[in-house]
Amino acid sequence: MGLRDVAAISGIGETSYRRGEAQGSSLSLTLQASLAAIADAGLYPRDIDGVIPIASGAVVAEDFITNFGIPDLRFSATTPMGGASPVAAIQCAAAAIAAGICRHVLLPIGRTGYSGARISTRVHQMPQFRVVGEFEMPLGGIAPAQLYAPMARRHMELYGTTSRQLAEIAVSTRNHAILNGNAAMTKPITIDDHQDSRMISDPLRLLDCSLESDGGAAVVISAADAARDMRRPRVLISGMAEGHPDSPSVITQRPELTRLGIAKAAPRAFAMAGVTHADIDVAEIYDCFTYIVLCQLEDLGFCAKGEGGAFVEGGALGLGGRLPVNTHGGLLSQAHMAGMNHIVELVRQLRGDGGAAQVAGAEIGLVTGYGDMGDGSIAIMRRG
Amino acid sequence: MSAAIERPRAEPSPDTQPYWDGLARGEILLQRCAECGKFRHYPRPMCDGCFSFTHTWVAASGAATVHSWTVTHHPFHPFFRAKLPYALVTADLPEGVRVLAPLDGVDPATLRIGLKLRLGVDAEGLPVLRGAE
Repeated sequence: MGLRDVAAISGIGETSYRRGEAQGSSLSLTLQASLAAIADAGLYPRDIDGVIPIASGAVVAEDFITNFGIPDLRFSATTPMGGASPVAAIQCAAAAIAAGICRHVLLPIGRTGYSGARISTRVHQMPQFRVVGEFEMPLGGIAPAQLYAPMARRHMELYGTTSRQLAEIAVSTRNHAILNGNAAMTKPITIDDHQDSRMISDPLRLLDCSLESDGGAAVVISAADAARDMRRPRVLISGMAEGHPDSPSVITQRPELTRLGIAKAAPRAFAMAGVTHADIDVAEIYDCFTYIVLCQLEDLGFCAKGEGGAFVEGGALGLGGRLPVNTHGGLLSQAHMAGMNHIVELVRQLRGDGGAAQVAGAEIGLVTGYGDMGDGSIAIMRRG
Repeated sequence: MSAAIERPRAEPSPDTQPYWDGLARGEILLQRCAECGKFRHYPRPMCDGCFSFTHTWVAASGAATVHSWTVTHHPFHPFFRAKLPYALVTADLPEGVRVLAPLDGVDPATLRIGLKLRLGVDAEGLPVLRGAE
């Protein structure tokens, strides 16, 4: 049905993730991660015949022709949905492969989020933020933390969600980062540490917020038949979708502030994959802020709207919990690779390469993206 | 001596200039479709109800009720550092649209969904939400 199992992830790659001295330009980090993913797939750089650079502005498809000597790039596209872009690019790649346009599509990202320009500077330059830039930034609504905080506040007021419940997400995510071995944040934290962390934009505290970090990550998506005989076990992409919220460019005008675009995408992806929520062994959920994880759990259908706070309590998102989430440490504690690191981690889990953070017997998992004020994307994958 | 840090501003477009002109006169102008009467905000060229490009500008009544809010403590932009902490409130208007504006003269701790506020224009020609009384 649809794009079910027409494509698979054949290769994954990451640089080290840092918060410190620059280790290269965005382009250099992008190319480093891309080479690692291509090598993991057992391909040569010239074998790549499709590329979807994740828009950081700094890297375009032409860079891959130039640097990799690609003789005949057959497909290039962008999926400009902020943090929803990498997972949305999975659907784009699978559609291009299903159409017979290309066989091996590279999805790369590289960022200097720590050593380069910070987010509050960058958002001004993004065309998706044009309306907010004209009408809300002059009033002091500058950064995503401020634009998203009213969503969390309204959820708290309507449903009784608490800051301590948000802390559960920060703590389990940090625990996973510590197990990963390639994470920017490795100091254990407690719920009380979260409660003691400084307020950024109420109700979001410092430990509700994701990192600004440097690094690169990439995956190779190949035709499912080609991936069967490649270097590593293939991970099939069984269901995928993107979804956009009402009033996508301006959160303040959204009819339902606590409903994200992924609420529209999730039923399509589950139906395409032919699986139910009970089948999901592990979930890598876009976590620019703790609240965005909680809201997505509801919009994905793991619990009803308003029940996300209770759902995450008691370490439910940790290894051995009800639904292990962000087993790599996520954007909150590993690195902010706009969610490409979530795709990498889901593949690692479904290959059984999760190391100390491996979810025992993981066969089916999902990954989500979130960005640009509420756009959502989802992919459901299985061991192939 | 360093230059004064200025408030972040964007260049209005022909679609949005009347809104800013209204603020300069002390009015919050809302677009209303001349065909079907639907209000919309922020300004844009076309009605999403009937796709008409004709509209009128109507001054907001000033009535507003709290929808949600945030209180910012972190200096994301140097201009706002001296104002920390400051509350930004989203408020529903009876006209059928929602606005964002800084809260002035009301303790943020008293905010709750449905609290009545008054939408106005401050001395700098920007929207502001104040106590309803």
